[in-house]
Amino acid sequence: MEKQAVQRAREAFLAGRSRPLEFRVQQLKSLQRMITDRQGEIATALKQDINRSQYDTPLFELIGLENEISLAVSKLAQWAAPRPVERNLLTISDQAYIQPEPLGVVLIIGAWNYPWALTLQPLVGAIAAGNAAVVKPSELSEYSASLLKALLPRYLDQELYPVVCGGVSETQELLRQRFDHVFYTGNSTVGKLVMEAAARHLTPVTLELGGKSPCYIDKDVDLRVACRRITWGKFVNCGQTCIAPDYILCEPSIQNRVVEGIRQTLLEFYGPDPKSSPDYGRIINQRHFNRLMTLLEGYTATVGGQSDSSQRYIAPTVVKDVPPQARLMQEEIFGPLLPIVTVSDIDDAIHFINEREKPLALYVFSSNKKVIKRMLAETTSGGVTVNDVIMHYTLNSLPFGGVGQSGTGRYHGKHTFDQFSHHRACLVKSLGLEEVHMVRYPPQNHQKVRRVRLAMRTPLVDFSKGTYIWAVTASIVALGLLVALTVILILAAGVSCTCL
Amino acid sequence: MNTPLDSSCVIDRLRATFRSGVTFPEQFRMTQLQNLLSLVEENEQLIQDALHKDLHKPKFESVLSEIQITLNDLYFAMENLRTWMQPEYNIGKNLATRMDDCFIRREPLGVVLIIGAWNYPLHLILLPLVAAIAAGNCAILKPSEICQATEQLLAELIPKYLSQDCYAVLCGGAEDTKSLLKNKFDHIFYTGSQVVARSILLAAAPHLTPVTLELGGKSPCFIYGHIDIQKAAKRLCWSKFFNTGQSCVAPDYVLCTAQTRDALLPALRETLRTFYGPDPGASLDMGRIVTPRHWRRLMDMLEKSKGKVVIGGGSREEDRYIAPTVLVDVQESDALMQEEIFGPILPILTIESLEEGIDYINRQEKPLALYVFSDETSVVTTVLNNTSSGGFCGNDGIVHMALPGLPFGGVGASGMGSYHGRWGFETFSHRRGCMNRSWLLERVNVLRYPPYSDYNLGWLRWATTFKKNSWGGCSVM
Repeated sequence: MEKQAVQRAREAFLAGRSRPLEFRVQQLKSLQRMITDRQGEIATALKQDINRSQYDTPLFELIGLENEISLAVSKLAQWAAPRPVERNLLTISDQAYIQPEPLGVVLIIGAWNYPWALTLQPLVGAIAAGNAAVVKPSELSEYSASLLKALLPRYLDQELYPVVCGGVSETQELLRQRFDHVFYTGNSTVGKLVMEAAARHLTPVTLELGGKSPCYIDKDVDLRVACRRITWGKFVNCGQTCIAPDYILCEPSIQNRVVEGIRQTLLEFYGPDPKSSPDYGRIINQRHFNRLMTLLEGYTATVGGQSDSSQRYIAPTVVKDVPPQARLMQEEIFGPLLPIVTVSDIDDAIHFINEREKPLALYVFSSNKKVIKRMLAETTSGGVTVNDVIMHYTLNSLPFGGVGQSGTGRYHGKHTFDQFSHHRACLVKSLGLEEVHMVRYPPQNHQKVRRVRLAMRTPLVDFSKGTYIWAVTASIVALGLLVALTVILILAAGVSCTCL
Repeated sequence: MNTPLDSSCVIDRLRATFRSGVTFPEQFRMTQLQNLLSLVEENEQLIQDALHKDLHKPKFESVLSEIQITLNDLYFAMENLRTWMQPEYNIGKNLATRMDDCFIRREPLGVVLIIGAWNYPLHLILLPLVAAIAAGNCAILKPSEICQATEQLLAELIPKYLSQDCYAVLCGGAEDTKSLLKNKFDHIFYTGSQVVARSILLAAAPHLTPVTLELGGKSPCFIYGHIDIQKAAKRLCWSKFFNTGQSCVAPDYVLCTAQTRDALLPALRETLRTFYGPDPGASLDMGRIVTPRHWRRLMDMLEKSKGKVVIGGGSREEDRYIAPTVLVDVQESDALMQEEIFGPILPILTIESLEEGIDYINRQEKPLALYVFSDETSVVTTVLNNTSSGGFCGNDGIVHMALPGLPFGGVGASGMGSYHGRWGFETFSHRRGCMNRSWLLERVNVLRYPPYSDYNLGWLRWATTFKKNSWGGCSVM
C-alpha cells in the first residue's frame, strides 16, 4: 500500500503536474482554506491527542502555518526564478545563474508534539518547490493523523500529496522505497535509522531532532521578566517542545530567586491547581508519562512534583541543585520537569554546555553585552534566543534546524523552499569569442598557459574597499577638474567678449 | 599506512585543538589560507611532476585544472572571507520582533573528513580544504591511494605549511578508510563512486554526521538544431578528452540526429588531428589511463560494445594508452551505456527528435552535468526545463565548474551538497539563527501568556501575521 502511494506520486510528478507555478500557488491556497475551514476539528483532535488548550492550537500550530503559506504564495515567483551569479573574463558574455528545480518525490515524517505544524510546514515548502510529497503523520497523535488523512485529499491533489498512516512497520516499509529527499522530525534514535535507510538510495535527508537546550541566567538580570518568559516556554504543551528550555544554569546566589520567580509565574498562568486549568496540557501517552516519572525518582521537587497517572498529568515541576550526573541531565526531558544546575560563573556555564552534545536551541538571559557575546561566540547550537525562549522559531527568515546530534539541514520560510530544491548551476555560453578559447586547446605551449591563467582569474573587477574608495575619490577629483576647466573656459570666453 | 590507533590519536588531537577555539579568528584562517597558497605556488614543479608520474598528466592540464583552479579558489576565499564570516543581518522581521536583533551566524562545525579522488588528486582534495579552513574547521585529509606520488607529496607538504594541530593527512587503502570512518566527524566530504558513497553514508548515520557526496554519472551531450559544427566539435573534443576522459563532468555520450552525426564526424577527426597530431599516442598533450585495472575495464567495455568504431580504437597496454575513440550506431542496451565511461571513448547515439533524447535522459539516473550545443534558444530552454542534472553548460563542456560563483555538485545518484567558492564555505558551516530579544515590549509578550483569552489571541494574531508587502509601518504598541 505504501509502495503504491509512492509509485502514484512518482508517476504524477513525472507527468509534470506539480511544476507550474500557478498549480503550486493554487495548492497552497487550498491548504490555507483547509486550515481556516477546519480549525474547529483540528482543535478537537488536538484536545483528544494531547489535551491541547483551544488557544494553544492557533498560537502554536496554525498561525505559524498560515504565515508560511502566505509568504510562499507571495514570494514563490521570486524564489523559483533563476539567480544570477558573478562571472569572470572567460564567461563575461555568457549567462551564468542558479536555477532552483524540484527534487521529485519527497517523504515528510511528522512528529506528535505539534502534529499539524511539524507535518504541514515542511509540506508547504515541498509544494512550493514543485515536488510531490508523501506525508506520514505520527501515529502517536492518532486523532490528528486520522483527521489529516481524511482532510488532505479533499483539498490537495490526491496523487501528488498522499497521506500514509501507520506505525513502525508502515514507516519502515515507506523508508524502503526510494525518495528524492526525506524530511524527518523526531528523536535521534529514529533519526539514525532514517539516515541509514536513506543511505541505501543515496537520498539526502533533513533531520529535525532535539537535545537538551540549556538556559543560562546571568546574575544581574530582571528575574521577574526572565522567569516569566522561561516558564512560558518550558510549560507550554506540557514541556513537550523540541526547543523548550530543557534545564537552567545559574549561579547559586540567584537560584532561590529564580525558583520563586517561576513559582510566582506558575500561579499567574495556571492558578493554584494546574490540573484544573484549561490551559495546561497532558503527557502524550503512558510510556512517556512513566519515563518522566522515572527521571524524577530520588529527587524532591522544589515546586510541583504532583502527578496523576490516570490523566497522564504531571504538575509543572522545578528541581533545585541537580547534580550533572543525575538521570534528569542524561537525556532530553521533553516534559514539565525543570532542573536547575548551579555553575560558578559564565566560564563554568560555557564549559558545561560544550562538554555536551550540540543542542537544538540555546538560551541566555543577560543585560551584559559581553556575556551575550561570549555565550554566542564560544558555544554552538541549532539556534539561539537571547533574553527569551523559543521565539527564534517564530521568525521565518531565520533558518530553523539543528547541528551535530540535534539535526542536519534547516527550514522555515524560504529555507524550506531551498531545502526541497536542487540548485542547478547553469552556464549558457555562445560559440562566439572563440579566439579567447583557442588558448585552452592542444597542442600546448608556455604562452598559452600564461594567457589561460590570466583569463581564469576572478573576480573580473576588484570590488574591494580600497578600489572602491580610489574610484570614488578619482571620480570626484575628475569631476572637480572638469568643473574647473569649464569655469576657466567660460571666464576666458567672457574676458574676450568684454574686451571687444 | 596509518593504524586505527594512529587515526584516533590524530582525530582526538584535532578535536582538542578545535575546542580551544584557535581556528575561529579571521586572522588564523587567513594565515592558513595564505600558507596553503604558498604551498601550491612554491611547489608547482613538484606538483606537476607528481601528477605526470601518477596520470601522465600534460603540464598544461596540471596547470589549468589542478594548480590554477586551486589558486583561484584560494584568492576568491581570501578576498571574500571577511564578508562570508559576517553575521547576516539583512533578514525580514515581523511586528512582534521589530525591536529585536535578528541575525544568522556562520559557525565552524568541528573536525571534518575530506576524502579525495584520483582523477584530479590535487584540486579535489585542496578545494574542499580551502572551504573547510575558511569556515574555521579542523580537517583530516585522506588522499586517494591510487595516485601514490601525489599522495606522498601531500603527506609531506601539508604538515610543512599548515598547522599540524589543525590539519592532518592520513594515508591508506580501502581497509584503512573503513576504520577511519568508524570515528565521529562533524562533516564528511567525499568525491568518488556511488558504491563507496553508500558505505560512507551508512558509516555516517550512527553518528548523525552530515555528508557531501560528489559522485558522477553519464553526462549526456546534445548536439541539436542549428549549430556551427566545427566550433562545437572543438569544444566537445576538448572537454571529452581532457585528462583522457577521466573527469566526472566529461561529456559521456552524444545525442544527435543522423544528419548532425554525419557532419560531426569529419569535424571531430579534424579537431583531433589538430589537437594531438596523426598519432595521439606520441603527443605530449595526451594523457594515460590511471591504472592497468582501469585500462582493462575500458578495453572490456570497448570489446563488448556493438557500436562501430569510426575514429581511433587503438590502444597500448604497456603504458595504459587508449586513443581518442568515437563510436556510432550505439544502442541504449550497449555495454558502453550501462555505466559511466570515464575514459577517452565517445559513443554517439542517434535520435530522431529532441523529445526522444530528453525521454532517454529522463529514463536514466540524474547526471552530474548535462550539455547542449545549439544556437537555438528554444532547444536549450526545452532541455533545461525538461531534465535535471547537477549542473548544466550550454555550448561548452566542463567550464561551468571553473566559475566560483556557481555551486558545484550533483543531484540524486550524482551526489548531494555542493562546493566551490562561497558554497564550500556554507557547506562546512552551521547557519545558526539568532534572535536577541529586547527587554522592552513586555506588554506585547503578555498577550502570549496564560490564562489564555480570545481577546489576547486576536491581538497576537495581528502582531505576528505576515502581511503581504508589509511596509513595517506604525506599531500600535
